[in-house]
Amino acid sequence: MYEGVIQDLIDELGRLPGVGPKGAQRIAFYILAADPQDVQRLTDALRIVKEKVRFCSICGNVSQEELCLICSDPKRLLTMICVVEESKDVVAIERTREFKGRYHVLGGAISPIDGIGPDDLRIRELLARLADDGITEVILATDPNLEGEATATYLARMIAPLGIAVSRLASGLPVGGDLEYADEVTLGRAFEGRRLV
Amino acid sequence: MDEAVPHLQVRQLTLQNFRNYDDLHLTFPGGVIAIVGSNGQGKTNIVEAIGYLSTLHSHRVASDIPLIRHDHTSAVIAAEVIRGDRALMVDIQLNTGRANQARINKVAVPRTREILGVLTAITFAPEDLAIVRGDPSERRAFLNDIATQQFPRLSGVMADYDRVLKQRNALLKSAGGARRSNLEAVSATLSVWDEQLVEFGTELMCARNELIVNLAPLVVSTYAEIAPHSEPLSLSYDDSLSRSEERPVTYDPDAVRKAFLQALDTKRQQELDRGITLVGPHRDELRLTLGRAPVKGYASHGESWSVALALRLGSYDLLARERATPVLILDDVFAELDTRRRRHLAERVADAPQAFITAAVDEDVPVDLVGCWLEVDKAEVTQRDR
Repeated sequence: MYEGVIQDLIDELGRLPGVGPKGAQRIAFYILAADPQDVQRLTDALRIVKEKVRFCSICGNVSQEELCLICSDPKRLLTMICVVEESKDVVAIERTREFKGRYHVLGGAISPIDGIGPDDLRIRELLARLADDGITEVILATDPNLEGEATATYLARMIAPLGIAVSRLASGLPVGGDLEYADEVTLGRAFEGRRLV
Repeated sequence: MDEAVPHLQVRQLTLQNFRNYDDLHLTFPGGVIAIVGSNGQGKTNIVEAIGYLSTLHSHRVASDIPLIRHDHTSAVIAAEVIRGDRALMVDIQLNTGRANQARINKVAVPRTREILGVLTAITFAPEDLAIVRGDPSERRAFLNDIATQQFPRLSGVMADYDRVLKQRNALLKSAGGARRSNLEAVSATLSVWDEQLVEFGTELMCARNELIVNLAPLVVSTYAEIAPHSEPLSLSYDDSLSRSEERPVTYDPDAVRKAFLQALDTKRQQELDRGITLVGPHRDELRLTLGRAPVKGYASHGESWSVALALRLGSYDLLARERATPVLILDDVFAELDTRRRRHLAERVADAPQAFITAAVDEDVPVDLVGCWLEVDKAEVTQRDR
């Protein structure tokens, strides 16, 4: 145990995701030894992020303004919505530059064990968006695990009566990988989702 | 036995901080290996480690914690396994507080269950009496062990099924409190989990049915040899659907799926009342019958032992026929058996490419068959002549 404030800092850092007790100690001593200006920049960034960042009123993505950069971009298609679990999934899909529509961030996936039901996610907001004219396709890009699949199935059922096309991201083989190293589930999915060439 | 089926053999075993062993290296020949020593010296720990590599759990305890040496945070079991003419290294690190890590040929695999199928072994131990006398969960665990050794991919299906079951039960429980007001919302979410429960559950039920169909004749004939004067043994699959009206006529996946969905529909109100899932492979039963009476509760002590032995030897034959001749492990059982059962077991041991037998004294081992004697004393293992 270290004295008062140093231990406080280590404890606080240790509460961050992905940081263990040893890592917290390393970061704490790095901060102690760092240039005061560097530390000032870090504390400013922490303060400002809590003050300025909010959630886009349309899609629920993190944003500095009322609308996020994607929702306020006039070049994005208004006919397609891609549904994801978290803001970080938006970033992942944006990196592909494949998708020209807009997003909807649910804020998680259905998981009764964690007490998360459909009402705890931004599903009502999604259905409200879909009630407006103009949207012709919804792409469900929830995680390919049990909870993500359950969420996608649930959404597909809610959207079906609206007469909007619903698609699910394909799961299958990683590009550049070897067929023989794929696990059975992935390979099985890839077979199910095969396409004509 | 078919010539095309390869034999499995454990050639080397390393244990680090496993049970009472600090750092143990052993080399085994083929044939019969006797491990002898007084109680509490560590005989069973050696075969327990071999069994662990084949099923990913101990045959003695439900948790991994007791396997890790006191005051240590991890234990290692490593083995060199010979399959036919190929050698394969497999090891697993058991950890407290974080996930276990397994490797094949020193390459880490993403999930420990991927080492299933590398080493197949059948263990017969005093604990097996619970398969015959215990709750249905003991018999399901028995079926699961054989199924995952035969078809390792099923362990993934089982893990998914268990996860969906937990989610669905959590939802049913929370729905019980909510009631009427948002019953419609609950059933919309419930049906999503139903779909996944049925998908994984159907696969498990079809696999279990096939397993029992293949296993039954082998177990029944073995039992008739061990206990010729007993009533005939029979095995049947009592899946939870058959207890409701919707019994599938055949175990065709489509028929099972339909019957499963129908059964969930029928039980919905009951499930909501009780807050648990009432149909599915988690409520299956392997029914064991002698003549017309169930084994559990009716069979004598001797008959129960014979049934347990027949189940293990039948499984051994099934794996030997369909995959590779497994390693046979007999943990402290000769002392428990009468002369006839001993003789029968000894005959099987004589045919096994590799068999491990633990016993407290030499007399409890079929002495003439043993090719290698190991003496265990306070975690020291020494080879000796007869």
